[in-house]
Amino acid sequence: MTPYIPLFVIGGYLIGLLILGLVSNMFFRGTSGDYFVASRSIGPFMLLMSVFGTTMTAFALVGSTGKAYTTGIGVYGLMASWSGLIHSACFFLVGIKLWAIGKRYGYTTQCQFFRDRFESPALGYMLFPVLVALIIPYLLIGLLGAGAVVRGLTIKMFPHVFASTNGAIPPWLTGLVVCGVVLTYVFVGGVRSTAWANTFQTLVFMLTGVIAFFMIAKALGGPSAATRIVGEHSDKHSLLMRNGHIGRWQFFTYLFVPLSVGMFPHLFQHWLTARSAKTFRLTVIFHPICIMIVWVPCILIGVWAAGKGLVPPPGANQNAILGVAVKRLVASPWLAGLLTAGILAAIMSSLDSQFMCVGSMFTNDIAIRLCGSQSLSDRQKLNLARGFVVFVVVVTYLISLVTTKHIFDLAVWCFSGYAALFPIVLAAVYWKRATGSAVIAAVSVTVVVWAFLFKQSGYGGEYLLFSHWFDETDGIMPVAVIIMACFLTLVVVSWMTSPPSAQTVSKFFPDFKKEQATKQ
Amino acid sequence: MNSPNQAAKFIWLLAVVLFVLHQDYWWWSDQSIVFGFLPIGLAYHAIYSLLAAVLWALAVKFVWPTAWETWADEKDQERPRH
Repeated sequence: MTPYIPLFVIGGYLIGLLILGLVSNMFFRGTSGDYFVASRSIGPFMLLMSVFGTTMTAFALVGSTGKAYTTGIGVYGLMASWSGLIHSACFFLVGIKLWAIGKRYGYTTQCQFFRDRFESPALGYMLFPVLVALIIPYLLIGLLGAGAVVRGLTIKMFPHVFASTNGAIPPWLTGLVVCGVVLTYVFVGGVRSTAWANTFQTLVFMLTGVIAFFMIAKALGGPSAATRIVGEHSDKHSLLMRNGHIGRWQFFTYLFVPLSVGMFPHLFQHWLTARSAKTFRLTVIFHPICIMIVWVPCILIGVWAAGKGLVPPPGANQNAILGVAVKRLVASPWLAGLLTAGILAAIMSSLDSQFMCVGSMFTNDIAIRLCGSQSLSDRQKLNLARGFVVFVVVVTYLISLVTTKHIFDLAVWCFSGYAALFPIVLAAVYWKRATGSAVIAAVSVTVVVWAFLFKQSGYGGEYLLFSHWFDETDGIMPVAVIIMACFLTLVVVSWMTSPPSAQTVSKFFPDFKKEQATKQ
Repeated sequence: MNSPNQAAKFIWLLAVVLFVLHQDYWWWSDQSIVFGFLPIGLAYHAIYSLLAAVLWALAVKFVWPTAWETWADEKDQERPRH
């Protein structure tokens, strides 16, 4: 009985989530507007939790721990501290404007906004496949993370049933269960259900993360002893410093990666759920602190696991190290189950938003555009959204069965794609002269350059450019080059083409002084 | 701060300073431990995250985009062309 307790805890947690989805359904107003943007009624705390929970995926917990296990404490500076500065900058400088424009004109998806802002119906059709294609690796990270953690936790639990994974629950089964649970509560309650589940799950994974940190530290003789062991077992390139693991240019050019939040379609949708602009205040201020609360323990657990000499199970890679650490170092099976449920919470709190937005985009940007809004009932719109989500999830699930990539590196490639498109959203709200033709050209160039470099990396591995200019561990992050290509194309083609109409400019760049004078 | 413009300049200046401070090359090979368990390179960046929160708290207080907020809340909404 005792060995299976962690699984019972995880099962109980998943059932609790389903119940939460059903309860949120009682508040569902039955309209597509409520399903897609919760009738723009989400308050400050729930926005903070849902935006943070959505941003922190398997990448933040499983990926960061695995990366710190091999690369050391510098992983925090690569992603977490840059993200604290840059994510909030995106929320403040871009998110609030997008929320205001979205509310004023009734937008639900990015493509609707870009299509109107850049006066180009073709742009919507062009952006849709790009955004969906980039979301697939993002979903993949979640499935890989969930599979790896549960595998690490359940080694030798079912030796006769799952002999090929050394008795552990295989990733294909974990992926199936996680997808089933998330799809159910997303379908039941839409984005409100997603926001509720996000809030709950974010609180769970932040709390369990801190508990895991203290439990693992205690098992290693306390935080001081755990860190000391890492130092004692280090060669000349200790995991307690960056030298030998991370290059200086690599460290600097990682700054472009967090710009991805400006173009995440699921985050765009969460912004639109905000009740008012003031709702953003809590998110803008506390997002960096929430990142710190989650990432510092994960990084330390990663380097401590290396110092302790823990290794991933046979056939698994560093993605599994967090699950292994929980299993080996947390004595109580109840706590081990709770901690694993917390890790799954972080993963599912991103998957749900991504599922939700994929459905919204398909319905609003493709189905309604092609069929006309009047020809589809609200019920048909919801069913179309759900059908497309299932299609994308099935595709992602099948890819997850054959890929063995490291979560951290794969995530960075996914984020790099979105980040490279950031100049477009920045221009949309700050540069009146940006044109639709330029955006189409910029998206095309971005796709080509990203695809080329992604192939060069071995389809999702760690890859640095111009390494021959630097020492053996240094180089430029590909995202820096891709974003520059997008930016230059956008600027050059905008100047070569006719500017947007005065009507469009006045629609998206309101003259507040003039409006004030008119009212008086 | 006497005017919104001054406040905005001050916030931008702080943002640039924070941007530069991210490149803490001086800790690159330093394995010192602070508070008994935190490597100095990690402790520095954890504090950096706190400073980022302070920066954005100042931005929210002094340069909040009130005009956009008011504009969005106005009732005479145009409908999108979709």
